[in-house]
Amino acid sequence: MAIDAVQRPQYARSVRRARVRRRLSVTAWLMLAPFITVFVVSVIAPLLYALAISVYQNRIVGGTVFVGLENYLRALTDPLLGEGVIRVLLFIAVQVPIMLSISLTAALALDSGRMAGSRTVRLGLFLPYAVPSVVAALMWGYIFGGQFGLVGQIWGAVGAAPPDLLGNALMLPSIGNIVTWSMVGYNMLIFYAALRAVPTEIYEASAIDGAGEWRRAWSIKLPALRPAMLLALVFSIIGSLQLFNEPSILQALRPSVITTNYTPNLYAYSLSFLGGQINYAAAIAILMGLVTVIAAVFVQVVSARARRQTR
Amino acid sequence: MTSTMQAPPAVAPEGAARPTVRRRSRSARRSVLLTIAYWTLLAYFLLPLAWLVINSTKSNGDLFTTFGLALPSDLHLWQNLQDLVTYQDGIFVRWFANTVLYAVVGAGGAAVIAAIGGYALAKYAFAGKRAVIVTVLGATAVPGTALAVPTYMLFSQWGLINTEAAVIIPSLVSPFGLFLMMIYAADAVPDSLLEAARIDGAGEFRTFWSISFRLLAPGFVTVLLFQLVQTWNNYFLPLIVLNQQDKFPLTVGLSQWNRLANAGGVNVAEPLYPLVITGSLIAILPLCVAFVFLQRYWQSGIAAGGIKQ
Repeated sequence: MAIDAVQRPQYARSVRRARVRRRLSVTAWLMLAPFITVFVVSVIAPLLYALAISVYQNRIVGGTVFVGLENYLRALTDPLLGEGVIRVLLFIAVQVPIMLSISLTAALALDSGRMAGSRTVRLGLFLPYAVPSVVAALMWGYIFGGQFGLVGQIWGAVGAAPPDLLGNALMLPSIGNIVTWSMVGYNMLIFYAALRAVPTEIYEASAIDGAGEWRRAWSIKLPALRPAMLLALVFSIIGSLQLFNEPSILQALRPSVITTNYTPNLYAYSLSFLGGQINYAAAIAILMGLVTVIAAVFVQVVSARARRQTR
Repeated sequence: MTSTMQAPPAVAPEGAARPTVRRRSRSARRSVLLTIAYWTLLAYFLLPLAWLVINSTKSNGDLFTTFGLALPSDLHLWQNLQDLVTYQDGIFVRWFANTVLYAVVGAGGAAVIAAIGGYALAKYAFAGKRAVIVTVLGATAVPGTALAVPTYMLFSQWGLINTEAAVIIPSLVSPFGLFLMMIYAADAVPDSLLEAARIDGAGEFRTFWSISFRLLAPGFVTVLLFQLVQTWNNYFLPLIVLNQQDKFPLTVGLSQWNRLANAGGVNVAEPLYPLVITGSLIAILPLCVAFVFLQRYWQSGIAAGGIKQ
C-alpha cells in the first residue's frame, strides 16, 4: 500500500500508537512477571512433577521403572484409600449442610436487625476463623479428651459415664464440630455481605405488595443468596476433601482411632513420609485434585441448570 | 498505615457500587427469642477460647484436678509463661519469630505481587490476558493440600527442603488476592488519571507506585490481612518441608509438643500440657487482636469473594 503525502501523518500516528501499545503490553507482562513466576514455581511445576513421577514405580529389583497408569489403577482399587474417601464423603454429606445452615440462619438473623448486640454476635462467631486449625483441634481435643476434658468433667458431676467423643463412633462428628466452629463465621459473612447488597427498593416494593417478613425472606433474600451459597458450598466441599490438620492433631490423642488412612490426604502423607512410596502418593494427590476439580465443576453446572429452570 | 485506615470503605464489588442505604434495621422490633438463641450460640463459640484462657493460668496439677472452667487454686500463668520461653533453650520464642517471619514476608510479598499483577490485568490491554486469567482461575480449583506432597518432592529435588524459602515461596501465591486486586483496580483507579500521568511523561512503574498504589491501598490491606491469616495458620506445608525444630512455625512446634505430651513415657517428668495450652494462647493472640480492630477489612474481603460470579 503506497503512502501518499495526505495519508502520511495518519500513518505516522498509527505507527506511534502501535508502538505505545506494544510498550504498554510489555509493561503489563513485567508487572505480572512476579506473580507468574511464583505461580509457576509453586503451582504449575509441582503439578507437572507429580504427573511425571506418578507413572513410575520404585522397585527393589530394577530401581525406578516406568509403569504407566499402574499407580492410578492401584489407587482406584485400594481399600485403604476407599475407606478414607467414603469417610470424607460422609463428612461432607453431614457437616457441610449443618455448617451452612447455621451460617445462613445467622446471616438472616443479623440482617433482620431484630437481634440485640448483633455486632458482638457477628464478631464472636467470626473470631474462630483467626484461630489456627492446629490450635482449634488442640483445644477441642483437650475439652473432649479423657485426661482433663471439660465434657467428661461435666458428665462426671452429674454422675453419668461420659460419652467417648474421641472414640471410634464419635470421632468424625467431633472433627465436624471443630471444622464447623472454625468456619461458620466465614460463611456467615459471605451470606451477610450478599444480603447487604440487595437494594432496599426491592424490600420497599415488596412491602407495598403486602409481603410479610417470612415471604420476604423466602422470595427475595434466599434467591439473592444463591450465588453466595454456591460459592460457600464449593469452598466447603473442597476444604473437606482435603481434610488433614484436625485428624493429624487428634491422631496424637487417639492413634488407634485416627489411622494413617483416615482421610485421603493423611494417607498420601503417610505413604510418602512413613512408607517411602512417593510415586504412589503422587498418583493419589493427582486423583484427589481431579476429584476436587470435578466436584467444583459439577456443583457449578447443577446450580447453573437449576437457576435456568427457575427463571 | 494511618492514612490507609482513613481510606474509603475497602473494596467496591459490583454490589457495593450502589449508594449505601440506611438499613431498615432501625425500625425493626427486637426479638427476644432471636437474641437469646444467638447469644447462646455465641457462648458456645467463645467457650473453647475461655477454656484456653482459664487453663493457661493453671499448673499441671490443677489442670488435672480442677474443673475446666473453674479458676485455679493459685495463679500459675506467670510461671507457665516463664516455662514456655525457657523450655528447650527457648525454642518457643524461635517458633514465634519464625511464624512472624513467614507471615510478614509471605503475606507482605503475596499482597504486593497480587496488587501489581491485578493492576496490570485491570488496566492494560494485551495479548494473552484472558489466558492468564483462565489458567490462574483453573489452577485455583486444584486444592492446595493436594499440591503439598508434590511440592515437597519437587523442592527436595531443588535442595530447598528445610529452608525458609520452602515455606515462604508457596505462600507468595495468592490467586484470590490477584482477582480481588483486579476487580478493585478496575473501579478504584480511573483511566483518565493514568492518561494524565502519561501525558505528563511519567513512566508506567512510577505511575503505579506514586499514584495507583495509593488508590489501591484499602484493597491491598484486605489481601494482606487474608494472606496473613493463611500464613500464620499454615500447618501442612511447613510440616512436610521442614524437619529441623529451629525452623518450625508455631503450628508445627505446638503439634510436636502435643505428640510428646501424649506419648508420655519419654518425658513423664516434664509436664508438657501447660506448655501446649499456654503456647496455644500466645499463638492465637496476635490474630484475635487484629480481628477485633480490623473487622471492616475482613468483611469487605469476604464480601468481594461472596458477591462476585
